[in-house]
Amino acid sequence: MSEPESFELTPRSTSLFGDEEVALVDLLDRLLAGGVVLVGDLTISLAGVDLVRISLRALITSIAPVERPGTLAARAERADRELEAGDG
Amino acid sequence: MSDTLTYVYAIARDVDPAVVRGLGGVGGRPVRVVAVGRLGAVVSDADRAEFEERALEERLEDLEWLAATARAHHHVVDTLGRDHLVAPLALATVYFDDDRVRAVLDEGRATFDAVLDRLAGRAEFGLKVYARKGGRSSTATTERAASGAEYLRRRRQALREGDSALDEAREAAEQVDTAVTELAAASRSHRLQDATLSGTSEPMVLNRAYLVPVERAGELAALVGSLAEHPRIRVEVTGPWVPYSFAQADP
Repeated sequence: MSEPESFELTPRSTSLFGDEEVALVDLLDRLLAGGVVLVGDLTISLAGVDLVRISLRALITSIAPVERPGTLAARAERADRELEAGDG
Repeated sequence: MSDTLTYVYAIARDVDPAVVRGLGGVGGRPVRVVAVGRLGAVVSDADRAEFEERALEERLEDLEWLAATARAHHHVVDTLGRDHLVAPLALATVYFDDDRVRAVLDEGRATFDAVLDRLAGRAEFGLKVYARKGGRSSTATTERAASGAEYLRRRRQALREGDSALDEAREAAEQVDTAVTELAAASRSHRLQDATLSGTSEPMVLNRAYLVPVERAGELAALVGSLAEHPRIRVEVTGPWVPYSFAQADP
């Protein structure tokens, strides 16, 4: 069986947080919509949360960490509107 | 009542304690294994206050926390996935204590075995396809329009060309999708990322995950490599991922 690690298109580092190279948006797409869903003891309903909005906002934050909160909120709102406007 | 909960990252078989030793999870908490027979849940403690229902709702709006939790979750799952077949769990799956996790493992044994069997020998790859900008703009002119009507005519033409370039890119992306789907055991769509998310002004026309048998990963690489000079589309591959997108209990 060949090892997936031999697939070189996306280099992976082996440092402590080597997976930093993984784009947050790609990761959240998978983590918020994927994985085995079990009913935990605290009924945390991720399905009830607007995941698209969360991941979008999260990314905006991650790419613009130095912006002031006001600016950030405005950008997130604009992004929300664009989402609502349609490319769902 | 205990101050801590048990956070479950993933379920795997025959977990090697050496892989887990020294691994830090959410909040830097040490990772350990709760096992029932061959099945092991890879877990850590988590602050109860942080994960109480109301607290979590607030936390999900706290983007730094969400990003840090997602990274920590992924770090554990990804590290484990290098040497193990793993079924990753959804983000923030928590139980009151280890005994509850044992009970869940016991009750869900058949389900977890089925998920693990389906993922065996397969890895997830992500494909993102963008429409290239520019391309052949033979009719583009630097001359000034002689009239308003002329300007509008040119503008309409430019828009039409832009549309048709996008159509052609979508068509090309479909062909790529068809070819990759033939290599894959399963595929699943992710939403298209707009420019804010993708960080590129080229419009994304495909964002899909494929569950590919590891022995065919080379074919995928070759296929993507052959598209490097494609005039209409630019193709990005991510992975191999632990198969998050294909770990549903019910396929």
